[in-house]
Amino acid sequence: MLDAYVPILIFILVAIGFAIALLWFAWAVSPSKFNRVKLEPYECGIEPLTDARDRYSIRYYLVAMLFVIFDIETVFLYPWAVIMDELLLFGLVEMMVFLGILIVGYAYAWRKGALEWA
Amino acid sequence: MTIAFYTLAAFILALGVLVVSTKNTVHAVLFLVANFLCVAMLYVLLQAEFLAVIQVLVYAGGIVVLYLFVVMLVNLKRGPETHVDPRRRDRMGLLIGGAVLAEFVAILLYGFAPRATGAAPAAAAPGVGNVEQVGWSLYVDYLVPFEVASILLLVAMIGAIVLAKKEP
Repeated sequence: MLDAYVPILIFILVAIGFAIALLWFAWAVSPSKFNRVKLEPYECGIEPLTDARDRYSIRYYLVAMLFVIFDIETVFLYPWAVIMDELLLFGLVEMMVFLGILIVGYAYAWRKGALEWA
Repeated sequence: MTIAFYTLAAFILALGVLVVSTKNTVHAVLFLVANFLCVAMLYVLLQAEFLAVIQVLVYAGGIVVLYLFVVMLVNLKRGPETHVDPRRRDRMGLLIGGAVLAEFVAILLYGFAPRATGAAPAAAAPGVGNVEQVGWSLYVDYLVPFEVASILLLVAMIGAIVLAKKEP
């Protein structure tokens, strides 16, 4: 049963090892002469104005909340998609009811301008 | 199997310690992501594939985004409040620590108690995956709770908008 996951485990180990090897290689072969300008955080070429630990607008949080809610919606879609060909019309109708209720929320978010940035 | 479990358990514990001991909150959240991914692998070991997918999709993907945004929303540069009761944290720590300890003791007692009642839960029929089973019980046996869950999500969505959206 678990044998099926061995390729995934190998894949993860190779990915981690590759990343570490590249970082080590870059560190090992490159000369490291630092000065003040080089160590500054790079911010699109302009000089950094404030600390990175600044407070962000609550609007980002609203977007994140909506993301999580639609994320949970996909959780319900996933097992449904797996057995959809056996549930037939019944499954289609119940999922349409489920999505219909959530689309009310989507329409509400749209009308309230929660998806806009202005 | 046992080796995999103990390796994962060691990783989960170590990452959990890192989460609470790191001074940098953003780093703590990133350690939390790694912790969630290890827990997902633990679910795979338990053959709860659906739970593993949810763990990655919702916890490592969604909840962590919320955590990161909370970290970025609050002011981290200001020092901790000085006027709070200094013993308050100790009392809270004792309370929570005691609760966790009681939980551990309960789990251990349960683990060592003789299994008198019932056999282990029936293993899945061969060929029927975990996700299919969840689907059948969710969409056939628990149809009404499933539809009610969408109302819950709707309420959460509207609540978030009402609280966070500034009225024009």
